[in-house]
Amino acid sequence: MSILTPPPEAEVAREGYFGAFGGQYVPEALSGALTQLVEAWRDAQADPAFEAELDELRRHYGGRPTPLYRASRLSEEAGVEVWLKREDLAHTGSHKLNNVVGQALLTRRMGKPRVIAETGAGQHGVATATAAALFGLDCTVYMGAEDCRRQRLNVVRMQLLGAEVVPVESGTRTLKDAINEAMRDWVTNVDSTHYLIGSAMGPHPFPTIVRELQKVISIESRAQFADQAGGVPDAVIACVGGGSNAIGSFADWIELEDVQLIGIEAAGEGVGSGRSAATISEGRQAVLHGSRSIALVDDDGQVRPAHSVSAGLDYPGVGPEHAHLAATGRGTYLAATDEEALFGFRRTSELEGIIPALEPAHAVGWLLRHGRAHLGAGARVVLTMSGRGDKDVDEVVEVAGWDVGVERAFGTADGAGDPR
Amino acid sequence: MTASEPTGTTTGTVQPAPGTAAAPGRATRGHERIAAAFARARAEDRAALIIYLTAAYPDPPTSRACFEAAVEAGADVLEVGIPFSDPMMDGPVIQAANQHVLEAGISVGRQLELVASLGHLAVPKLAMTYVTIADTRSYEGFAAELAAADVSGVILPDLPVAEAEPWLAAAARHELATVFLASSVSTDERLATIAGASSGWVYAAGLLGVTGVNALQGEVTQQLVARVRAHTDLPVAVGIGVRDRASAAEVARFADGVIVGSAVVRAAGEGDPAGAPARVGALVRELRAGVADRG
Repeated sequence: MSILTPPPEAEVAREGYFGAFGGQYVPEALSGALTQLVEAWRDAQADPAFEAELDELRRHYGGRPTPLYRASRLSEEAGVEVWLKREDLAHTGSHKLNNVVGQALLTRRMGKPRVIAETGAGQHGVATATAAALFGLDCTVYMGAEDCRRQRLNVVRMQLLGAEVVPVESGTRTLKDAINEAMRDWVTNVDSTHYLIGSAMGPHPFPTIVRELQKVISIESRAQFADQAGGVPDAVIACVGGGSNAIGSFADWIELEDVQLIGIEAAGEGVGSGRSAATISEGRQAVLHGSRSIALVDDDGQVRPAHSVSAGLDYPGVGPEHAHLAATGRGTYLAATDEEALFGFRRTSELEGIIPALEPAHAVGWLLRHGRAHLGAGARVVLTMSGRGDKDVDEVVEVAGWDVGVERAFGTADGAGDPR
Repeated sequence: MTASEPTGTTTGTVQPAPGTAAAPGRATRGHERIAAAFARARAEDRAALIIYLTAAYPDPPTSRACFEAAVEAGADVLEVGIPFSDPMMDGPVIQAANQHVLEAGISVGRQLELVASLGHLAVPKLAMTYVTIADTRSYEGFAAELAAADVSGVILPDLPVAEAEPWLAAAARHELATVFLASSVSTDERLATIAGASSGWVYAAGLLGVTGVNALQGEVTQQLVARVRAHTDLPVAVGIGVRDRASAAEVARFADGVIVGSAVVRAAGEGDPAGAPARVGALVRELRAGVADRG
């Protein structure tokens, strides 16, 4: 982690903001906790012991560095050269532990005995429960009741790790409601509890902390790419829900302007269908969950329900730094539908022997369908495989209606033979 | 923290925070109306009673009748909750009321029409909602709509002073007061900022947590009220955790105002809508007796 890198200009201009986006839109009861977190983070960055302990945990507990893998058969099908950054091989099966271990160390520095977390797909919840077990912290995870159903495996994992999982029945019973409920818990128990936010969202300083803790993805991939492929890629691609794996995948490349940064949001049944989670593609500037960013909000100011086959991307907001990267044009944000994600899920499994999580399957699906047209034949891309897909197998089979082991329901990269 | 947080400290003197010295909301007609309501209560040696109800809940006509019943039974000020899909500071009762109104498809515009129809009630009305609602409609536009609906002030619990300048300017242009919340975990520096930026009153949270769940933390809240008073001559009213005559009386002994929300919303929403105004009226009469009982 490059803790000595100066922050982007926008942050210098107004602390906690990325251009027009960011800030702290929270109840007064949380002001003290956020100040404490800002200070703990600043102290930690100035303390070599923090970096050393984080590095030790990442290597020997978390399994870093994760490999950068040239996916030959996917490359052949996509018509571009695909390098997968294998966050699916990290401990707990996703990139989420990068952030969680760092924030767990901060929790200990702040002397708080309890962490709470929100989770969509369950990956952040599992990572948080894991770190809580490791550090001996009490842990409560809020998860939408609908997500508990579709990611049951992760609920069981969290419970095994000693966490209390609270199914959230309010609102749309998905990730946004889990965040609301976690915020309510935090407002109530702020003295004893750290809210371990899992994405690059929320009030300052969370978007910055999460980016810096996830930046290890791009620091590694930049060195690995230079070593294994030579030079720099034409594009770095990652899926975007709240945007933690994407901001970590982009962070170290931002300064290299020749490298395209492409975020793939979840379009559900299609951008404009009314059943989508493609926040940047179809949202507007709004305040949601503690910061000013882009969100799916109607003309009245009500948050619109998001939809995605992927519980981890099923979120009507996005982190403020992504909104800024989109606004400045440094980042390009596109979307993949449920169907494209399921296609990516299937083809990654079949061609590479890697069952991806449904979240990065969106990025793969987009790449297979649109990558060559967008980037040119033979372009070199690094795609973050942000998690493994064991958790998704049941849901995919149900949603896609696949008769597992019998006739293939999907056709080829041109979209022919798409599922019903 | 944020750049606009004050660096100076204030101890015991009434001193507005840097950057908010003007407290533009205090020159507004809304502020004057609220101040008059508190003054009337003070003249009767009691705390002012501030009653929160969710707009259009359980339906617009019943809601209107409930507001009327609350004033009839002795409410000095009304807080009108404008429903938001993601009410971070609200517990289950107000969440459910919000959800109910939104599912009925009643727009913010229709809610404000309802508020506008309460002009015959001789009490100031404040809108309580979340910043996303105000921001999406544009601060200027929302402030204009509220003013047109005869609203005197606004409470946005997720808009801290550090982010509030654009809102405060719009609110002042439309003669609206803006009430900020203070918490027992706020530092003295922040209390100075909050007190300095507030108009109407300063809202002291009666507990750490959301509305309508836990009971008042009396001693902690009394200390908070005293700490706020060190920074302002504005009235200090306590809400969150006040639910019945006894807790209203407890708060009335150390605060200028008592705010009750979830308990009233529950009375409005439980059971037959036709009986809602009577249930609300009965509860508010109890609360009114409480705020006059200063021991």
